[in-house]
Amino acid sequence: MIAKKYDASKDKQFQILDQNGKVVNEKMEPKLPKETLLKMYKTAVLGRNADIKALQYQRQGRMLTYAPNMGQEAAQIGMAAAMEPQDWNSPMYRELNTLLYRGDKLENVFLYWYGNERGSIKPEGVKILPTNIIIGSQSNIAAGLAMASKIRKTNEVTAFTIGDGGTAHGEFYEGLNFAASFKAPVVAVIQNNQWAISTPVRKASNSETLAQKGVAFGIPYIQVDGNDMLAMYVASKEAMDRARKGDGPTLIEAFTYRMGPHTTSDDPSIYRTKEEENEWAKKDQIARFKTYLINKGYWSEEEDKKLEEEVLAEINDTFKKVESYGANVELIEIFEHTYAEMTPQLKEQYEEHKKYLEGVK
Amino acid sequence: MAIITLLEAINQAIDQAMEKDESIVVFGEDAGFEGGVFRVTAGLQKKYGETRVFDTPIAESAIVGSAVGMAINGLKPIAEIQFDGFIFPGYTDLVTHAARMRNRSRGQFTVPMVLRLPHGGGIRALEHHSEALEVLFGSIPGLKVVTPSTPYDAKGLLLAAINDPDPVVFLEPKRIYRAGKQEVPAEMYEIPIGKAKVVKQGTDMTVVAWGSIVREVEKAVKLVEAEGISVEIIDLRTISPIDEETILNSVKKTGKFMVVTEAVKSYGPAAELITMVNEKAFFHLEAAPVRFTGFDITVPLARGEHYHFPQPEKIAAYIRKLAKARP
Ligand SMILES: Cc1ncc(C[n+]2csc(CCOP(=O)(O)OP(=O)(O)O)c2C)c(N)n1
Repeated sequence: MIAKKYDASKDKQFQILDQNGKVVNEKMEPKLPKETLLKMYKTAVLGRNADIKALQYQRQGRMLTYAPNMGQEAAQIGMAAAMEPQDWNSPMYRELNTLLYRGDKLENVFLYWYGNERGSIKPEGVKILPTNIIIGSQSNIAAGLAMASKIRKTNEVTAFTIGDGGTAHGEFYEGLNFAASFKAPVVAVIQNNQWAISTPVRKASNSETLAQKGVAFGIPYIQVDGNDMLAMYVASKEAMDRARKGDGPTLIEAFTYRMGPHTTSDDPSIYRTKEEENEWAKKDQIARFKTYLINKGYWSEEEDKKLEEEVLAEINDTFKKVESYGANVELIEIFEHTYAEMTPQLKEQYEEHKKYLEGVK
Repeated sequence: MAIITLLEAINQAIDQAMEKDESIVVFGEDAGFEGGVFRVTAGLQKKYGETRVFDTPIAESAIVGSAVGMAINGLKPIAEIQFDGFIFPGYTDLVTHAARMRNRSRGQFTVPMVLRLPHGGGIRALEHHSEALEVLFGSIPGLKVVTPSTPYDAKGLLLAAINDPDPVVFLEPKRIYRAGKQEVPAEMYEIPIGKAKVVKQGTDMTVVAWGSIVREVEKAVKLVEAEGISVEIIDLRTISPIDEETILNSVKKTGKFMVVTEAVKSYGPAAELITMVNEKAFFHLEAAPVRFTGFDITVPLARGEHYHFPQPEKIAAYIRKLAKARP
């Protein structure tokens, strides 16, 4: 089991692709079909550019608060690519690439951050719960999803993600302890992007690594180079297989970096240095993975340029669409999903406000 | 006297209190180095050091619970919850320990802490960033709940909260943190907890509001004044305990009563205030009391929030209707 070999200390971080895109761990290189590798790459490029554009839209006053994923594409896509369609995600809010890889629409993601609940409606078959803004509680929900899968004898695994900061939250421990005690099919991925808003990971935890918290749960744990798409895939796949076989949860720490601000309301220049940002920029996953694909003969610079153009056009069109209808929320929409059926009180409140609005018109 | 914002008034109150009282500590997620995501506590860590002003890991339960422990053990914690909707993980500690320690220990242990909490909607934020949960605090015996609507009140109420021997939940109307400035005395002063303020005298009805909604009511009243309707506006300031005297005196004068709040309607704070008026001033009423509240729904995301958040035009419509009501 790789999770046993690369357990906790930093010098044992699991890596397959080094920062120049060279395979440094040939034995571990996954035999993925070309289409899968290209889907992983294309999703990362779409995700990266969508983040950049969303930040721009926000600066232009066209977008509301947005949480970019830049720097965490590999952690998200590596995990997502190891999942089967029947599996569940209990996500955190920084999860664009997981959503895109598993089949949600960029339009939905933009619509949600644009401030419209309609963006939370997932396409048929995309088994990802709604964006969870509350830190930590996704862990308990994941435990429950997986316990149900076990009781119902389905073949589902549940993956949940949490930030480095989020691992300080009680629910992280409660949920994983549940999952471990019941040997529920859970894969827990800590996206350790080094910062929880302005609080660095060393101030949020006294553990040498976050992966080693797995000791307390009695489950396998591993720290992975979170900027290495292949290593993230392989570690996640092993964890998914274990879970599916009935061997219970695994804890994966994706050691990575949030390249952008925490959200568009945040200014990281207050608390972190340019040197740190530059150091991490060198380890960026997209260039690294591109080199790997080119070396394999699966990709070329020309194709890459074309992809970039396509992706930008797609993002532009998508956002225009969102803008064209996203702000037009109907009154009924804020009432209709509180309960399966509106209560008498809600009906009254709805009718009363409708009448008021008609009177104003 | 300097002219400052509500946010600056809070900062000033904490700063002056810390200077005077070494037992005060300030903490919360990002509250130290950065001064909080709103920068309410900006500059304090630099001035008082990392022992007295510090960041905590993201764990509301530990933030509230450790504040209780510190308060019992000789410190005066001022803890921050980053946004209203994040209180839930800390609610257990607030209710089971902060609110009850005095009672559970028969007065031996007390919890003189302040829990600061950005409160309310109207800023087009994400889910869980815009709740108005006063009923969740106001209904818990052992807690005092305070909320200012002006910079002057913010400073005076916070200083009173810091000096209060019991736990105080200090709700900060985030919508008006930086909206508008006011002259605030440089010296330390207290506004007593449990005292409402008559913001504007009037004769036709009494309207009670608190926090940022006071300003929405003021806008609404401007709209109806030209029509000859005279409204007495009361800023509740303290949600628990309620200043019955100020409200009842006003209702006895005007004969009509309305509460405006962004909190949900059912089982909300408006219901409490109206019941109090019915119980204690029923024979002075010339019409049934009215509540204008948020709906009984989950706070909508930004694009639907305008329906839910009290708007001056609709408040004005309610005022007109109540003005016309005859016994
Ligand atoms: C219960 C709760 N408390 C506080 C917050 C406010 N908050 C949002 S994100 C964040 C930092 C999260 O850091 P981390 O878990 O490392 O994840 P990252 O955002 O870096 O991906 C905080 C404190 C929240 N969303 N939920």
